[in-house]
Amino acid sequence: MAHVRKLEDEEGDLHSGHQILNMGPSHPATHGTVKFLIELDGETIVDLDIQVGYLHRGFEKECESGTWYQAIPYTDRLNYNSAILANIGYCLAVEKLLGIETPERCQWLRTMSGELARLADHLTRCGAACLELAAMTPFLYGIEARELTWDLCEALCGARVTSNYVRIGGVKHDMPDGFPAVARGFIGKIRELLADYDSIVTQNRLFVDRLRGTGVLPKEELIRYGVTGPILRAAGVPMDLRKDQPYLKYAEVDFDVPIGEVGDNYDRYLVCVEEMHQSLRIVEQCLVALEKIGPGPVNVDDPRVRWPAKGRVFNKMEELIQQFKAVTEGPMVPPGEAYHAIESANGELGFYVVSDGSAQPWKVRCRPPSLINLQPMPIMLRGAMLADLIPTFDFINMIGGECDR
Amino acid sequence: MDDFGSVALRKLLDALPDAVVATHAQHGDATAIVAPGRVIDVLRFLRDAPGLDFDMLSDLCAADYLGYPEREGPRFEVVYHLLSTTHLHRVRVKAGVPEVPAQIDSCVEVWPAANWLEREVFDLYGIRFRNHPDLRRLLLYEEFEGHPLRKDYPKERRQPLVGPRN
Repeated sequence: MAHVRKLEDEEGDLHSGHQILNMGPSHPATHGTVKFLIELDGETIVDLDIQVGYLHRGFEKECESGTWYQAIPYTDRLNYNSAILANIGYCLAVEKLLGIETPERCQWLRTMSGELARLADHLTRCGAACLELAAMTPFLYGIEARELTWDLCEALCGARVTSNYVRIGGVKHDMPDGFPAVARGFIGKIRELLADYDSIVTQNRLFVDRLRGTGVLPKEELIRYGVTGPILRAAGVPMDLRKDQPYLKYAEVDFDVPIGEVGDNYDRYLVCVEEMHQSLRIVEQCLVALEKIGPGPVNVDDPRVRWPAKGRVFNKMEELIQQFKAVTEGPMVPPGEAYHAIESANGELGFYVVSDGSAQPWKVRCRPPSLINLQPMPIMLRGAMLADLIPTFDFINMIGGECDR
Repeated sequence: MDDFGSVALRKLLDALPDAVVATHAQHGDATAIVAPGRVIDVLRFLRDAPGLDFDMLSDLCAADYLGYPEREGPRFEVVYHLLSTTHLHRVRVKAGVPEVPAQIDSCVEVWPAANWLEREVFDLYGIRFRNHPDLRRLLLYEEFEGHPLRKDYPKERRQPLVGPRN
Protein backbone atom coordinates (compact mmCIF):
# COMPACT_ATOMS: atom_id res chain seq x y z
CA MET A 1 0.00 0.00 0.00
CA ALA A 2 2.81 2.33 0.81
CA HIS A 3 4.22 1.87 -2.66
CA VAL A 4 0.89 2.64 -4.30
CA ARG A 5 0.44 5.73 -2.21
CA LYS A 6 3.87 6.93 -3.23
CA LEU A 7 3.01 6.59 -6.92
CA GLU A 8 -0.22 8.47 -6.42
CA ASP A 9 1.65 11.21 -4.65
CA GLU A 10 4.12 11.66 -7.45
CA GLU A 11 1.68 11.62 -10.34
CA GLY A 12 -1.46 12.72 -8.59
CA ASP A 13 -3.04 9.61 -10.01
CA LEU A 14 -2.27 5.96 -10.39
CA HIS A 15 -0.50 6.13 -13.70
CA SER A 16 0.77 3.52 -16.09
CA GLY A 17 2.48 3.82 -19.46
CA HIS A 18 0.72 3.82 -22.80
CA GLN A 19 -0.04 0.54 -24.42
CA ILE A 20 -0.06 -0.21 -28.16
CA LEU A 21 -2.94 -2.38 -29.30
CA ASN A 22 -2.87 -3.97 -32.73
CA MET A 23 -6.36 -4.37 -34.19
CA GLY A 24 -6.91 -6.03 -37.53
CA PRO A 25 -6.34 -6.52 -40.42
CA SER A 26 -9.23 -8.97 -40.11
CA HIS A 27 -11.01 -8.13 -36.91
CA PRO A 28 -14.47 -9.64 -36.33
CA ALA A 29 -15.87 -6.29 -35.21
CA THR A 30 -14.96 -4.42 -38.37
CA HIS A 31 -16.26 -4.83 -41.87
CA GLY A 32 -13.29 -3.92 -44.00
CA THR A 33 -9.71 -5.16 -44.10
CA VAL A 34 -7.64 -2.54 -42.34
CA LYS A 35 -5.15 -2.49 -39.50
CA PHE A 36 -5.30 -0.08 -36.57
CA LEU A 37 -2.34 0.55 -34.33
CA ILE A 38 -4.00 2.08 -31.29
CA GLU A 39 -2.05 3.85 -28.58
CA LEU A 40 -4.07 3.44 -25.41
CA ASP A 41 -3.97 5.06 -22.01
CA GLY A 42 -6.12 2.61 -20.10
CA GLU A 43 -9.20 2.48 -22.31
CA THR A 44 -8.74 5.95 -23.76
CA ILE A 45 -7.41 6.32 -27.29
CA VAL A 46 -4.34 8.55 -27.31
CA ASP A 47 -3.45 8.11 -30.95
CA LEU A 48 -4.29 5.91 -33.86
CA ASP A 49 -2.34 4.88 -36.94
CA ILE A 50 -4.43 3.42 -39.74
CA GLN A 51 -2.69 1.08 -42.17
CA VAL A 52 -4.61 0.57 -45.39
CA GLY A 53 -3.66 -1.28 -48.55
CA TYR A 54 -4.42 -4.91 -47.70
CA LEU A 55 -6.76 -5.19 -50.70
CA HIS A 56 -4.53 -3.28 -53.10
CA ARG A 57 -4.59 -5.11 -56.41
CA GLY A 58 -3.43 -2.46 -58.87
CA PHE A 59 -6.80 -1.29 -60.21
CA GLU A 60 -5.26 1.63 -62.08
CA LYS A 61 -2.41 -0.43 -63.52
CA GLU A 62 -4.85 -3.11 -64.71
CA CYS A 63 -7.04 -0.47 -66.34
CA GLU A 64 -4.04 0.92 -68.21
CA SER A 65 -3.28 -2.47 -69.75
CA GLY A 66 -6.73 -3.29 -71.13
CA THR A 67 -9.24 -1.57 -73.36
CA TRP A 68 -11.72 1.05 -72.17
CA TYR A 69 -14.42 -1.60 -71.96
CA GLN A 70 -12.29 -4.04 -69.99
CA ALA A 71 -12.04 -1.61 -67.08
CA ILE A 72 -15.78 -1.82 -66.35
CA PRO A 73 -15.67 -5.19 -64.52
CA TYR A 74 -12.80 -3.87 -62.40
CA THR A 75 -14.97 -0.96 -61.28
CA ASP A 76 -17.48 -3.51 -59.93
CA ARG A 77 -14.84 -4.61 -57.47
CA LEU A 78 -14.20 -1.14 -56.10
CA ASN A 79 -17.18 -0.77 -53.81
CA TYR A 80 -18.72 -4.22 -54.02
CA ASN A 81 -21.79 -3.12 -52.07
CA SER A 82 -22.80 -0.64 -54.73
CA ALA A 83 -21.05 -1.85 -57.86
CA ILE A 84 -23.46 -0.18 -60.27
CA LEU A 85 -22.60 3.26 -58.91
CA ALA A 86 -18.92 2.69 -59.73
CA ASN A 87 -19.91 1.43 -63.21
CA ILE A 88 -21.91 4.60 -63.74
CA GLY A 89 -19.12 6.86 -62.49
CA TYR A 90 -16.54 5.33 -64.81
CA CYS A 91 -18.79 5.25 -67.86
CA LEU A 92 -19.91 8.87 -67.36
CA ALA A 93 -16.26 9.96 -67.23
CA VAL A 94 -15.40 8.10 -70.44
CA GLU A 95 -18.56 9.43 -72.11
CA LYS A 96 -17.49 12.94 -71.12
CA LEU A 97 -14.21 12.32 -72.93
CA LEU A 98 -16.06 10.93 -75.96
CA GLY A 99 -18.69 13.68 -75.90
CA ILE A 100 -21.57 11.18 -75.81
CA GLU A 101 -25.07 11.86 -74.54
CA THR A 102 -26.89 8.62 -73.71
CA PRO A 103 -30.57 8.02 -74.62
CA GLU A 104 -33.26 9.00 -72.17
CA ARG A 105 -34.30 5.46 -71.33
CA CYS A 106 -30.70 4.53 -70.53
CA GLN A 107 -30.41 7.50 -68.20
CA TRP A 108 -33.56 6.50 -66.31
CA LEU A 109 -32.30 2.92 -66.02
CA ARG A 110 -28.96 4.13 -64.72
CA THR A 111 -30.62 6.43 -62.20
CA MET A 112 -32.83 3.60 -60.97
CA SER A 113 -30.12 0.95 -60.76
CA GLY A 114 -27.78 3.42 -59.08
CA GLU A 115 -30.35 4.10 -56.37
CA LEU A 116 -30.86 0.36 -55.83
CA ALA A 117 -27.08 0.09 -55.35
CA ARG A 118 -27.09 3.00 -52.90
CA LEU A 119 -29.88 1.29 -50.99
CA ALA A 120 -27.88 -1.95 -50.79
CA ASP A 121 -24.85 -0.04 -49.56
CA HIS A 122 -26.74 1.80 -46.81
CA LEU A 123 -28.46 -1.41 -45.75
CA THR A 124 -25.08 -3.09 -45.39
CA ARG A 125 -23.70 -0.17 -43.44
CA CYS A 126 -26.62 0.07 -41.01
CA GLY A 127 -27.07 -3.70 -40.71
CA ALA A 128 -23.40 -4.47 -40.18
CA ALA A 129 -23.10 -1.62 -37.69
CA CYS A 130 -25.71 -3.33 -35.51
CA LEU A 131 -23.92 -6.67 -35.85
CA GLU A 132 -20.63 -5.15 -34.78
CA LEU A 133 -22.34 -3.50 -31.82
CA ALA A 134 -23.53 -7.00 -30.82
CA ALA A 135 -27.10 -6.87 -32.16
CA MET A 136 -27.74 -9.78 -34.49
CA THR A 137 -31.45 -9.36 -35.32
CA PRO A 138 -31.41 -5.94 -37.02
CA PHE A 139 -28.54 -7.15 -39.20
CA LEU A 140 -30.81 -9.93 -40.48
CA TYR A 141 -33.58 -7.43 -41.31
CA GLY A 142 -31.06 -5.27 -43.17
CA ILE A 143 -29.59 -8.20 -45.07
CA GLU A 144 -33.03 -9.51 -46.00
CA ALA A 145 -33.88 -6.13 -47.48
CA ARG A 146 -30.51 -6.00 -49.23
CA GLU A 147 -31.19 -9.41 -50.73
CA LEU A 148 -34.38 -7.99 -52.27
CA THR A 149 -32.47 -5.10 -53.86
CA TRP A 150 -29.92 -7.58 -55.16
CA ASP A 151 -32.72 -9.70 -56.61
CA LEU A 152 -33.75 -6.61 -58.56
CA CYS A 153 -30.15 -6.10 -59.70
CA GLU A 154 -30.08 -9.73 -60.77
CA ALA A 155 -33.24 -9.20 -62.82
CA LEU A 156 -31.55 -6.25 -64.55
CA CYS A 157 -28.13 -7.70 -65.28
CA GLY A 158 -27.93 -11.33 -64.15
CA ALA A 159 -25.57 -10.77 -61.24
CA ARG A 160 -26.29 -9.93 -57.65
CA VAL A 161 -23.12 -8.21 -56.55
CA THR A 162 -20.62 -7.62 -59.35
CA SER A 163 -23.16 -6.26 -61.76
CA ASN A 164 -21.13 -5.19 -64.81
CA TYR A 165 -24.36 -3.55 -65.95
CA VAL A 166 -23.41 -0.19 -67.40
CA ARG A 167 -21.69 0.17 -70.75
CA ILE A 168 -19.92 3.11 -72.36
CA GLY A 169 -22.83 4.80 -74.12
CA GLY A 170 -25.60 2.77 -72.54
CA VAL A 171 -26.49 -0.22 -70.40
CA LYS A 172 -26.26 -3.93 -71.13
CA HIS A 173 -29.98 -4.73 -71.15
CA ASP A 174 -33.27 -2.99 -70.88
CA MET A 175 -35.25 -4.06 -67.83
CA PRO A 176 -37.11 -7.37 -68.27
CA ASP A 177 -40.86 -7.61 -68.82
CA GLY A 178 -42.86 -7.26 -65.64
CA PHE A 179 -39.96 -5.64 -63.81
CA PRO A 180 -41.94 -2.60 -62.54
CA ALA A 181 -44.57 -4.77 -60.86
CA VAL A 182 -41.97 -6.97 -59.14
CA ALA A 183 -39.97 -3.92 -58.12
CA ARG A 184 -43.02 -2.22 -56.59
CA GLY A 185 -43.77 -5.37 -54.60
CA PHE A 186 -40.19 -5.49 -53.34
CA ILE A 187 -40.20 -1.80 -52.48
CA GLY A 188 -43.23 -2.43 -50.25
CA LYS A 189 -41.42 -5.32 -48.56
CA ILE A 190 -38.24 -3.26 -48.10
CA ARG A 191 -40.31 -0.49 -46.47
CA GLU A 192 -41.80 -3.05 -44.06
CA LEU A 193 -38.34 -4.39 -43.22
CA LEU A 194 -37.04 -0.86 -42.71
CA ALA A 195 -39.95 -0.19 -40.35
CA ASP A 196 -39.15 -3.38 -38.40
CA TYR A 197 -35.49 -2.41 -38.31
CA ASP A 198 -36.37 1.10 -37.18
CA SER A 199 -38.64 -0.15 -34.39
CA ILE A 200 -35.92 -2.19 -32.72
CA VAL A 201 -32.89 0.03 -33.38
CA THR A 202 -33.56 3.76 -33.60
CA GLN A 203 -34.89 4.24 -30.06
CA ASN A 204 -32.92 1.37 -28.56
CA ARG A 205 -31.12 2.63 -25.48
CA LEU A 206 -28.06 0.38 -25.99
CA PHE A 207 -27.70 1.44 -29.61
CA VAL A 208 -28.25 5.14 -28.95
CA ASP A 209 -25.76 5.18 -26.07
CA ARG A 210 -23.04 3.69 -28.23
CA LEU A 211 -23.63 6.15 -31.07
CA ARG A 212 -24.65 9.47 -29.59
CA GLY A 213 -21.76 11.85 -29.11
CA THR A 214 -19.14 9.56 -30.61
CA GLY A 215 -16.94 10.25 -33.61
CA VAL A 216 -17.84 13.95 -33.80
CA LEU A 217 -15.84 16.26 -36.02
CA PRO A 218 -16.97 19.82 -36.86
CA LYS A 219 -17.98 20.45 -40.44
CA GLU A 220 -15.10 22.86 -41.13
CA GLU A 221 -12.63 20.12 -40.27
CA LEU A 222 -14.52 17.57 -42.36
CA ILE A 223 -14.35 19.89 -45.37
CA ARG A 224 -10.63 20.49 -44.84
CA TYR A 225 -10.18 16.74 -44.88
CA GLY A 226 -12.20 16.35 -48.07
CA VAL A 227 -14.89 14.25 -46.40
CA THR A 228 -18.11 13.96 -48.42
CA GLY A 229 -21.31 11.94 -48.40
CA PRO A 230 -23.48 11.02 -45.40
CA ILE A 231 -20.71 11.93 -42.91
CA LEU A 232 -20.55 15.52 -44.16
CA ARG A 233 -24.35 15.77 -44.43
CA ALA A 234 -24.72 14.49 -40.87
CA ALA A 235 -22.57 17.43 -39.76
CA GLY A 236 -25.07 19.83 -41.33
CA VAL A 237 -23.65 20.54 -44.79
CA PRO A 238 -26.36 19.90 -47.39
CA MET A 239 -23.88 18.84 -50.06
CA ASP A 240 -25.13 16.18 -52.43
CA LEU A 241 -23.86 16.05 -56.01
CA ARG A 242 -27.22 14.68 -57.12
CA LYS A 243 -28.72 18.06 -56.20
CA ASP A 244 -25.73 20.36 -56.63
CA GLN A 245 -24.37 19.19 -59.97
CA PRO A 246 -27.21 17.01 -61.28
CA TYR A 247 -26.25 14.24 -63.67
CA LEU A 248 -28.41 11.54 -65.29
CA LYS A 249 -32.05 12.28 -64.37
CA TYR A 250 -31.59 13.59 -60.84
CA ALA A 251 -32.76 17.06 -61.85
CA GLU A 252 -36.13 15.57 -62.85
CA VAL A 253 -36.85 13.43 -59.80
CA ASP A 254 -38.17 14.69 -56.51
CA PHE A 255 -36.16 13.78 -53.43
CA ASP A 256 -34.90 15.39 -50.25
CA VAL A 257 -31.36 15.59 -48.90
CA PRO A 258 -31.44 14.80 -45.17
CA ILE A 259 -28.90 16.57 -42.97
CA GLY A 260 -27.91 16.17 -39.34
CA GLU A 261 -27.07 18.69 -36.64
CA VAL A 262 -24.30 17.39 -34.41
CA GLY A 263 -22.37 15.18 -36.78
CA ASP A 264 -22.00 12.26 -34.40
CA ASN A 265 -22.49 8.63 -35.33
CA TYR A 266 -26.17 8.76 -34.41
CA ASP A 267 -26.74 11.58 -36.90
CA ARG A 268 -24.88 9.58 -39.53
CA TYR A 269 -27.14 6.65 -38.83
CA LEU A 270 -30.29 8.79 -39.12
CA VAL A 271 -29.06 10.38 -42.36
CA CYS A 272 -28.42 6.93 -43.87
CA VAL A 273 -31.85 5.63 -42.88
CA GLU A 274 -33.57 8.65 -44.38
CA GLU A 275 -31.50 8.37 -47.55
CA MET A 276 -32.75 4.82 -47.97
CA HIS A 277 -36.36 6.07 -47.93
CA GLN A 278 -35.40 8.78 -50.44
CA SER A 279 -33.75 6.19 -52.68
CA LEU A 280 -36.96 4.13 -52.67
CA ARG A 281 -38.85 7.27 -53.69
CA ILE A 282 -36.45 7.85 -56.57
CA VAL A 283 -36.76 4.23 -57.73
CA GLU A 284 -40.55 4.55 -57.80
CA GLN A 285 -40.34 7.74 -59.86
CA CYS A 286 -37.90 6.07 -62.27
CA LEU A 287 -40.30 3.15 -62.73
CA VAL A 288 -43.14 5.57 -63.57
CA ALA A 289 -40.92 7.46 -66.01
CA LEU A 290 -39.71 4.25 -67.68
CA GLU A 291 -43.29 3.09 -68.16
CA LYS A 292 -44.28 6.49 -69.50
CA ILE A 293 -41.55 6.85 -72.14
CA GLY A 294 -42.13 3.28 -73.33
CA PRO A 295 -39.72 1.01 -75.18
CA GLY A 296 -36.75 2.61 -76.86
CA PRO A 297 -33.01 2.30 -77.36
CA VAL A 298 -30.85 1.89 -74.25
CA ASN A 299 -27.58 2.39 -76.11
CA VAL A 300 -26.39 5.44 -77.95
CA ASP A 301 -26.34 5.19 -81.74
CA ASP A 302 -22.72 6.25 -82.13
CA PRO A 303 -20.49 4.12 -84.37
CA ARG A 304 -17.53 4.62 -82.01
CA VAL A 305 -19.13 2.69 -79.16
CA ARG A 306 -22.17 0.95 -80.64
CA TRP A 307 -22.11 -2.72 -81.45
CA PRO A 308 -23.90 -3.24 -84.75
CA ALA A 309 -27.09 -5.33 -84.84
CA LYS A 310 -26.42 -9.04 -85.31
CA GLY A 311 -28.53 -9.25 -88.48
CA ARG A 312 -26.35 -6.64 -90.17
CA VAL A 313 -23.12 -8.22 -88.91
CA PHE A 314 -24.00 -11.47 -90.70
CA ASN A 315 -24.94 -9.78 -93.98
CA LYS A 316 -22.78 -6.68 -94.40
CA MET A 317 -18.99 -6.57 -94.70
CA GLU A 318 -18.59 -3.13 -93.10
CA GLU A 319 -20.66 -4.04 -90.08
CA LEU A 320 -18.74 -7.29 -89.66
CA ILE A 321 -15.48 -5.34 -89.58
CA GLN A 322 -17.01 -2.85 -87.19
CA GLN A 323 -18.16 -5.66 -84.90
CA PHE A 324 -14.67 -7.19 -84.97
CA LYS A 325 -13.06 -3.87 -84.11
CA ALA A 326 -15.60 -3.15 -81.40
CA VAL A 327 -14.97 -6.51 -79.71
CA THR A 328 -11.19 -6.62 -80.00
CA GLU A 329 -10.38 -2.95 -79.46
CA GLY A 330 -13.43 -1.13 -78.24
CA PRO A 331 -13.78 2.60 -78.63
CA MET A 332 -10.89 4.85 -79.64
CA VAL A 333 -11.24 7.67 -77.16
CA PRO A 334 -9.98 11.06 -78.41
CA PRO A 335 -6.90 12.43 -76.60
CA GLY A 336 -7.56 14.53 -73.56
CA GLU A 337 -8.53 14.41 -69.93
CA ALA A 338 -11.80 14.56 -68.04
CA TYR A 339 -12.95 14.33 -64.44
CA HIS A 340 -16.47 13.32 -63.58
CA ALA A 341 -17.80 12.94 -60.06
CA ILE A 342 -20.98 11.26 -58.92
CA GLU A 343 -22.56 10.96 -55.50
CA SER A 344 -21.88 7.41 -54.46
CA ALA A 345 -23.17 5.89 -51.24
CA ASN A 346 -20.03 7.02 -49.41
CA GLY A 347 -19.60 10.43 -51.00
CA GLU A 348 -17.96 11.89 -54.07
CA LEU A 349 -16.81 9.09 -56.34
CA GLY A 350 -14.76 10.70 -59.08
CA PHE A 351 -13.02 9.28 -62.11
CA TYR A 352 -10.18 11.18 -63.75
CA VAL A 353 -9.49 9.63 -67.13
CA VAL A 354 -6.70 10.50 -69.54
CA SER A 355 -6.55 9.24 -73.10
CA ASP A 356 -3.78 9.35 -75.68
CA GLY A 357 -6.20 8.63 -78.52
CA SER A 358 -5.68 4.88 -78.55
CA ALA A 359 -7.91 1.99 -77.53
CA GLN A 360 -6.21 1.74 -74.13
CA PRO A 361 -6.74 4.18 -71.30
CA TRP A 362 -3.62 6.21 -70.54
CA LYS A 363 -4.78 6.68 -66.98
CA VAL A 364 -7.89 5.83 -64.98
CA ARG A 365 -7.83 7.40 -61.57
CA CYS A 366 -10.57 6.63 -59.09
CA ARG A 367 -11.12 9.22 -56.37
CA PRO A 368 -12.06 6.83 -53.56
CA PRO A 369 -14.46 8.31 -50.99
CA SER A 370 -13.70 5.44 -48.59
CA LEU A 371 -10.01 6.31 -48.38
CA ILE A 372 -10.54 10.03 -48.03
CA ASN A 373 -13.34 9.66 -45.45
CA LEU A 374 -11.16 7.32 -43.38
CA GLN A 375 -8.26 9.73 -43.10
CA PRO A 376 -9.63 12.00 -40.30
CA MET A 377 -10.70 9.02 -38.16
CA PRO A 378 -7.78 9.42 -35.69
CA ILE A 379 -8.89 13.01 -35.00
CA MET A 380 -12.47 11.87 -34.43
CA LEU A 381 -11.26 9.35 -31.87
CA ARG A 382 -8.45 11.05 -29.94
CA GLY A 383 -9.51 11.12 -26.31
CA ALA A 384 -12.43 8.77 -26.92
CA MET A 385 -12.94 5.30 -25.49
CA LEU A 386 -11.72 2.25 -27.36
CA ALA A 387 -15.32 1.05 -27.74
CA ASP A 388 -16.17 4.21 -29.74
CA LEU A 389 -13.85 3.06 -32.50
CA ILE A 390 -16.29 0.40 -33.66
CA PRO A 391 -19.36 2.57 -34.43
CA THR A 392 -17.17 5.34 -35.86
CA PHE A 393 -15.49 2.93 -38.24
CA ASP A 394 -18.88 1.39 -39.11
CA PHE A 395 -20.40 4.69 -40.15
CA ILE A 396 -17.33 5.82 -42.05
CA ASN A 397 -18.14 2.64 -43.99
CA MET A 398 -14.70 2.07 -45.38
CA ILE A 399 -14.94 -0.50 -48.16
CA GLY A 400 -11.58 -2.17 -48.66
CA GLY A 401 -12.00 -2.75 -52.38
CA GLU A 402 -12.52 0.93 -53.02
CA CYS A 403 -10.14 2.24 -50.36
CA ASP A 404 -7.17 0.15 -51.47
CA ARG A 405 -8.02 -0.30 -55.16
CA MET B 1 -4.14 33.61 -71.54
CA ASP B 2 -7.77 32.68 -71.93
CA ASP B 3 -9.97 32.12 -68.89
CA PHE B 4 -12.63 30.11 -70.80
CA GLY B 5 -15.38 31.84 -68.85
CA SER B 6 -14.19 30.41 -65.55
CA VAL B 7 -14.18 32.80 -62.59
CA ALA B 8 -11.44 30.80 -60.92
CA LEU B 9 -9.10 31.00 -63.91
CA ARG B 10 -9.84 34.72 -64.39
CA LYS B 11 -9.01 35.59 -60.79
CA LEU B 12 -5.95 33.36 -60.79
CA LEU B 13 -4.63 34.93 -64.00
CA ASP B 14 -5.22 38.43 -62.59
CA ALA B 15 -3.57 37.73 -59.26
CA LEU B 16 -0.67 35.42 -60.15
CA PRO B 17 -0.08 35.80 -63.91
CA ASP B 18 3.54 34.67 -63.68
CA ALA B 19 2.65 31.39 -61.94
CA VAL B 20 0.32 30.10 -64.65
CA VAL B 21 1.96 28.40 -67.63
CA ALA B 22 -1.16 27.53 -69.61
CA THR B 23 -4.92 27.12 -69.28
CA HIS B 24 -7.52 24.97 -70.98
CA ALA B 25 -11.12 23.94 -70.46
CA GLN B 26 -11.38 20.57 -72.18
CA HIS B 27 -14.86 19.07 -71.79
CA GLY B 28 -15.79 21.96 -69.53
CA ASP B 29 -13.17 21.26 -66.85
CA ALA B 30 -11.38 24.56 -66.18
CA THR B 31 -7.69 23.73 -65.86
CA ALA B 32 -4.63 25.76 -64.94
CA ILE B 33 -1.16 24.37 -65.58
CA VAL B 34 1.12 26.12 -63.14
CA ALA B 35 4.86 26.40 -62.51
CA PRO B 36 5.82 23.66 -60.03
CA GLY B 37 7.68 26.10 -57.78
CA ARG B 38 4.56 28.25 -57.38
CA VAL B 39 2.01 25.51 -56.81
CA ILE B 40 1.56 26.22 -53.09
CA ASP B 41 1.04 29.95 -53.79
CA VAL B 42 -1.58 29.10 -56.39
CA LEU B 43 -3.40 26.58 -54.19
CA ARG B 44 -3.39 28.93 -51.20
CA PHE B 45 -4.71 31.76 -53.37
CA LEU B 46 -7.50 29.56 -54.74
CA ARG B 47 -8.43 28.47 -51.21
CA ASP B 48 -8.49 31.95 -49.70
CA ALA B 49 -9.56 34.31 -52.49
CA PRO B 50 -13.00 35.78 -51.80
CA GLY B 51 -15.53 34.56 -54.32
CA LEU B 52 -13.52 31.42 -55.05
CA ASP B 53 -13.26 29.69 -51.63
CA PHE B 54 -11.96 26.34 -52.82
CA ASP B 55 -12.17 24.89 -49.34
CA MET B 56 -12.03 21.25 -50.37
CA LEU B 57 -9.21 19.37 -52.04
CA SER B 58 -11.39 16.92 -53.87
CA ASP B 59 -8.60 14.80 -55.29
CA LEU B 60 -4.85 14.76 -55.69
CA CYS B 61 -3.21 12.32 -58.07
CA ALA B 62 -0.33 12.09 -60.51
CA ALA B 63 0.09 10.96 -64.09
CA ASP B 64 3.12 9.58 -65.88
CA TYR B 65 3.47 10.82 -69.46
CA LEU B 66 6.49 8.71 -70.43
CA GLY B 67 5.95 7.82 -74.08
CA TYR B 68 2.77 9.86 -74.51
CA PRO B 69 2.52 10.69 -78.22
CA GLU B 70 3.71 14.13 -79.34
CA ARG B 71 4.34 15.46 -75.89
CA GLU B 72 7.17 17.58 -74.61
CA GLY B 73 7.82 18.71 -71.11
CA PRO B 74 8.28 17.07 -67.75
CA ARG B 75 7.55 13.38 -67.35
CA PHE B 76 5.10 13.56 -64.45
CA GLU B 77 2.18 15.74 -63.63
CA VAL B 78 0.64 16.19 -60.21
CA VAL B 79 -3.06 16.92 -60.60
CA TYR B 80 -5.20 18.73 -58.01
CA HIS B 81 -8.98 18.77 -58.28
CA LEU B 82 -10.49 21.51 -56.14
CA LEU B 83 -14.09 22.02 -55.10
CA SER B 84 -15.79 24.90 -53.33
CA THR B 85 -18.53 23.69 -51.01
CA THR B 86 -20.11 27.15 -50.90
CA HIS B 87 -20.10 28.10 -54.61
CA LEU B 88 -20.08 24.50 -55.91
CA HIS B 89 -17.58 25.20 -58.65
CA ARG B 90 -14.51 23.18 -59.52
CA VAL B 91 -11.07 23.81 -60.94
CA ARG B 92 -8.19 21.56 -61.86
CA VAL B 93 -4.60 22.59 -61.20
CA LYS B 94 -1.70 20.71 -62.74
CA ALA B 95 2.02 21.03 -62.13
CA GLY B 96 4.74 19.29 -64.10
CA VAL B 97 7.36 17.29 -62.22
CA PRO B 98 10.59 16.16 -63.91
CA GLU B 99 11.93 12.63 -63.64
CA VAL B 100 15.02 13.82 -61.75
CA PRO B 101 14.50 15.16 -59.17
CA ALA B 102 10.92 13.91 -58.87
CA GLN B 103 9.95 16.42 -56.21
CA ILE B 104 7.28 19.00 -55.54
CA ASP B 105 6.13 20.95 -52.48
CA SER B 106 3.60 19.30 -50.25
CA CYS B 107 0.21 20.98 -49.83
CA VAL B 108 -0.65 19.29 -46.51
CA GLU B 109 -0.46 22.69 -44.82
CA VAL B 110 -3.09 24.03 -47.24
CA TRP B 111 -5.47 21.06 -46.90
CA PRO B 112 -4.77 18.19 -44.47
CA ALA B 113 -6.69 15.97 -46.90
CA ALA B 114 -3.52 15.93 -49.01
CA ASN B 115 -1.64 13.86 -46.43
CA TRP B 116 -2.72 10.37 -47.50
CA LEU B 117 -3.17 11.36 -51.14
CA GLU B 118 0.43 12.56 -51.36
CA ARG B 119 1.57 9.39 -49.62
CA GLU B 120 -0.29 7.41 -52.27
CA VAL B 121 1.34 9.36 -55.10
CA PHE B 122 4.74 8.84 -53.49
CA ASP B 123 3.95 5.15 -53.12
CA LEU B 124 2.79 4.51 -56.67
CA TYR B 125 4.81 7.10 -58.66
CA GLY B 126 7.83 7.79 -56.49
CA ILE B 127 7.28 11.55 -56.48
CA ARG B 128 8.59 13.05 -53.24
CA PHE B 129 6.68 15.84 -51.53
CA ARG B 130 8.89 18.37 -49.77
CA ASN B 131 7.83 19.25 -46.20
CA HIS B 132 5.37 16.37 -46.00
CA PRO B 133 4.97 15.48 -42.29
CA ASP B 134 5.03 11.71 -42.74
CA LEU B 135 6.01 10.56 -46.23
CA ARG B 136 5.63 6.76 -46.05
CA ARG B 137 4.14 4.30 -48.50
CA LEU B 138 0.37 4.15 -48.13
CA LEU B 139 -1.03 1.19 -50.05
CA LEU B 140 2.07 -0.96 -50.56
CA TYR B 141 4.49 -2.28 -47.98
CA GLU B 142 7.88 -0.86 -47.10
CA GLU B 143 9.88 -3.63 -48.76
CA PHE B 144 8.19 -3.13 -52.15
CA GLU B 145 10.76 -2.26 -54.81
CA GLY B 146 9.88 0.39 -57.36
CA HIS B 147 6.75 2.41 -58.03
CA PRO B 148 4.15 0.40 -59.92
CA LEU B 149 2.15 3.13 -61.67
CA ARG B 150 5.21 4.40 -63.51
CA LYS B 151 4.87 3.53 -67.17
CA ASP B 152 8.26 1.77 -67.17
CA TYR B 153 7.23 -0.58 -64.35
CA PRO B 154 6.28 -3.86 -66.08
CA LYS B 155 2.93 -5.27 -65.04
CA GLU B 156 4.33 -8.81 -64.74
CA ARG B 157 7.19 -7.87 -62.45
CA ARG B 158 7.40 -10.03 -59.31
CA GLN B 159 8.33 -8.72 -55.90
CA PRO B 160 10.39 -10.46 -53.21
CA LEU B 161 8.36 -12.41 -50.70
CA VAL B 162 8.32 -10.64 -47.36
CA GLY B 163 7.78 -12.57 -44.17
CA PRO B 164 5.79 -11.44 -41.17
CA ARG B 165 7.20 -8.32 -39.58
CA ASN B 166 6.49 -8.99 -35.94
